[in-house]
Amino acid sequence: MDETLKKAVEEICQARGNDAGAMMDIVRQVQARFRGVSEEAIDLIAAQCHVPRVDVAGVVSFYAFLSTASKGQVVIRLCDDVIDRMYGAVAIAEAFSHELGIEMGQTTPDGKITLEWAPCMGLSDQAPAALVNDVPVTHLSTDKARHLIQSLRRYMDPSRLVERLGDGNNAHELVGAMVMNNVRKVGPVIFAPLGPGEAMKKALAMSPAEVIRDVKTARLRGRGGAGFPTGIKWEFTRAAAGSKKYVLCNADEGEPGTFKDRVILTEQPDLLAEGMAIAGYAIGADEGILYLRAEYAYLRRFLEQVLQRRREAGLLGKDVCGKKGFNFDIRIQMGAGAYICGEETSLISSCEGTRGDPKNRPPFPAQKGYRGCPTVVNNVETFCCAARVLEKGAGWFAQLGSPGSAGTKLLSISGDCLRPGVYEVEFGIKLTEVLRMAGGQEAQAVVVGGPSGQIVSAADFERPICYDHLATGGSLMIFGPQRDVLEIVEHFLDFFIEESCGYCTPCRVGNVLMKERVARIRSGKGELADLGYLERLGQTIKTASRCGLGQTSPNPMLSTLRKFRSAYDSRLVQQAGPFQSAFDIQAALAQAKEVQGRASVLFSGERHHR
Amino acid sequence: MSDKTITFTIDEVEVKARPGQTIMEAADEAAIYIPRLCSLKGLSPFGACRVCTVLVNGRPQSSCTQPAAPGIVVENASERLHDIRQDIVEMLFVEGNHFCMFCEKSGNCELQAMGYRLGMMEPKYPRLWPRRELDASHPDIFIDRDRCILCARCIRASREQDGKHILGFLGRGPHKRVTPDSSDGLVQTDAAVADAAVAACPVGSLMRKRVGFGIPIGQRKYDHRPIGSDIESGAEVPDERK
Ligand SMILES: Cc1cc2nc3c(=O)[nH]c(=O)nc-3n(C[C@H](O)[C@H](O)[C@H](O)COP(=O)(O)O)c2cc1C
Ligand code: SF4
Ligand code: SF4
Ligand code: FES
Repeated sequence: MDETLKKAVEEICQARGNDAGAMMDIVRQVQARFRGVSEEAIDLIAAQCHVPRVDVAGVVSFYAFLSTASKGQVVIRLCDDVIDRMYGAVAIAEAFSHELGIEMGQTTPDGKITLEWAPCMGLSDQAPAALVNDVPVTHLSTDKARHLIQSLRRYMDPSRLVERLGDGNNAHELVGAMVMNNVRKVGPVIFAPLGPGEAMKKALAMSPAEVIRDVKTARLRGRGGAGFPTGIKWEFTRAAAGSKKYVLCNADEGEPGTFKDRVILTEQPDLLAEGMAIAGYAIGADEGILYLRAEYAYLRRFLEQVLQRRREAGLLGKDVCGKKGFNFDIRIQMGAGAYICGEETSLISSCEGTRGDPKNRPPFPAQKGYRGCPTVVNNVETFCCAARVLEKGAGWFAQLGSPGSAGTKLLSISGDCLRPGVYEVEFGIKLTEVLRMAGGQEAQAVVVGGPSGQIVSAADFERPICYDHLATGGSLMIFGPQRDVLEIVEHFLDFFIEESCGYCTPCRVGNVLMKERVARIRSGKGELADLGYLERLGQTIKTASRCGLGQTSPNPMLSTLRKFRSAYDSRLVQQAGPFQSAFDIQAALAQAKEVQGRASVLFSGERHHR
Repeated sequence: MSDKTITFTIDEVEVKARPGQTIMEAADEAAIYIPRLCSLKGLSPFGACRVCTVLVNGRPQSSCTQPAAPGIVVENASERLHDIRQDIVEMLFVEGNHFCMFCEKSGNCELQAMGYRLGMMEPKYPRLWPRRELDASHPDIFIDRDRCILCARCIRASREQDGKHILGFLGRGPHKRVTPDSSDGLVQTDAAVADAAVAACPVGSLMRKRVGFGIPIGQRKYDHRPIGSDIESGAEVPDERK
């Protein structure tokens, strides 16, 4: 038994009351300290927190930022987003590999540097990007990649990689990042200034029911993707039985191509905190949790300071804003690398310290959420909108945007355009207008709402961005005429395969099957029948999957089958008669050989018997 | 039944339920079979396999987790749902390595029986031929992960019925797998051959050693009657383990 490990794990667990509910913090800390959560550490944590060791192992194996194997002192995570790929991420991976003498997924023999791919890290507007431990490095090139490795070899200090500080609070001493906000268009809701406590004071002068009424009158809907009316959600949670309630802010921002929440967290954290406190007041909660994705860990100390400043100013804590009996505080819960944890019930599972599996519904979070208590889960931007509704009035908010979609929306725009970045636009704006602003008029295809959204063609560019037409949680990826839509579809499927939680059959298996067939068509071996096959497969996955991930993962394939049919048709094997020309006898023989090889393995006893 | 009784329809047949019952429980009592794999009488609902998907007022839901509610219109035995269920069962077949012709569970296997019931021939999907590890460390029980369908029946039965926790899940997505509660095989857990967990496995994955062909093929549970026939004949809801 390793005594240092034992002592450290005990201390880490004890500091959190040996509470298995704090498992995310515990395993994250063990990972940071020992560069991995070894089998031995898992045993120690389990004993300390009185939970089955398999449950601890289950958590460690679920999150991408955790590992049983020890990682390098420095971990380089290169962003594998489709936009980053377009901007040369593969060449950069090769440069890294070459410079380090290891492959992606490996650690240098001296145990110093680990190199791996990671899904979108919220920096698509400054792609290609990587995270070096917590430090974001943007606008990479193969030259920069080589220099980066040389610097690391020399100093082993990721913070030295920041050559120039970014704009706004990115340059704050507690952030110190080279990230740029790239705010290209400010609007009246998110990016307008707010005096301290201005929205909260107005809310606290009203009754909770009146606050909810205002949010409803403003016709505010969720900005995280699903678009559920926020006031109704708050009303349900307020009405739910239970004295303890929670406000959860979803800052997991994992939808590829989305990065607007990062900019809000950097520039408008006070607006967000006000919105969360207002929600707490409205539903009767005294605790708020900000679930921050692991990729945004570089913002953590800054956000902690914002919260501390607010406590000192009486804007958080006991008797908030002098309102007797209204206590509300916010703490930060770090994630550990899992897109699925942005799904609200997975978010709750993760906060509870378990694998980030979605939960069965009903009960809904409003009835039974975090630790079984009624819980409101809202997106970062939604809380900001709510604060603004209270500050400026429901009528003011409702007149912005379009009839079914009140207010403004932050768009994260990336891809083939001149001005990628964040735009605050009123709902109802036409996609052509957005493309014009961003300098992306050449677009062949636009991915609206990320991989879980839809891929639209020029025929849809005149449609408005709003809940009823082109709905988006913020992601807008632009693809020029030189891009291959099937490559995009295949890439998105890879993303879903990796990020599926694996709980339910259609998503766990179906995504793999979809990808196989899209790849076959892309390689020119597909046949007409494959299109019907894909259509049915996609519908089954959408219909039968347990949560939003599987219910939307076929969207890129299904929407391109409709809108970019020729991209599929042009690659099909031309069939003469009813024969399956796609059948490749050589490939089948090779496969049979492989199968046979494996079958004999079954009986030769070579397999791993324990 | 009391005045709290819930009335709704399944494929236009009126069905009654008590508050708190799921659609599947109410259907069972009405002798209507909804195909299922991860659901097992006596265990908490899990909602993983999705074979039990029905349409509730037109919206897909897993009937093993969805509460019965007054006036809902449930679609169960339609062609559309049949196709979806068949797709799912075929996915489970290609996801693992299933060689029914020499599997000791053949005839008693719920996955195989479901394939037959849903009219599956050869899966329309390509086999994925995963490499999965076998755990034969325990003297009386083995885990053949090639056949595991990740239904968690063993995990739930161990915790809810045996008062143990011999197994859990590791990994996510296609890498998800059952694993014993030890870093060194099932033998290091307190798993016992009489555990409800062992009997709960619907397939040939968590199995007792040395009893493989005790009952000859031809005399096994689903050799003569399709899975679900006891529910349809109005018999008491069976425990598929027996
Ligand atoms: C796979 C998946 C990932 C999601 N990721 C996010 C996310 O990163 N941020 C977010 O706000 N909502 C995300 N959502 C939506 C949440 O489930 C939830 O609807 C949202 O947080 C509610 O907040 P809102 O009503 O304010 O939008 C995701 C949903 C799914 C199915
Ligand atoms: S659809 Fe199923 S497997 Fe996919 S993420 Fe949701 S619960 Fe997990
Ligand atoms: S071992 Fe059997 S019971 Fe356990 S998850 Fe696998 S198939 Fe289900
Ligand atoms: S039986 Fe309902 S999801 Fe498996």
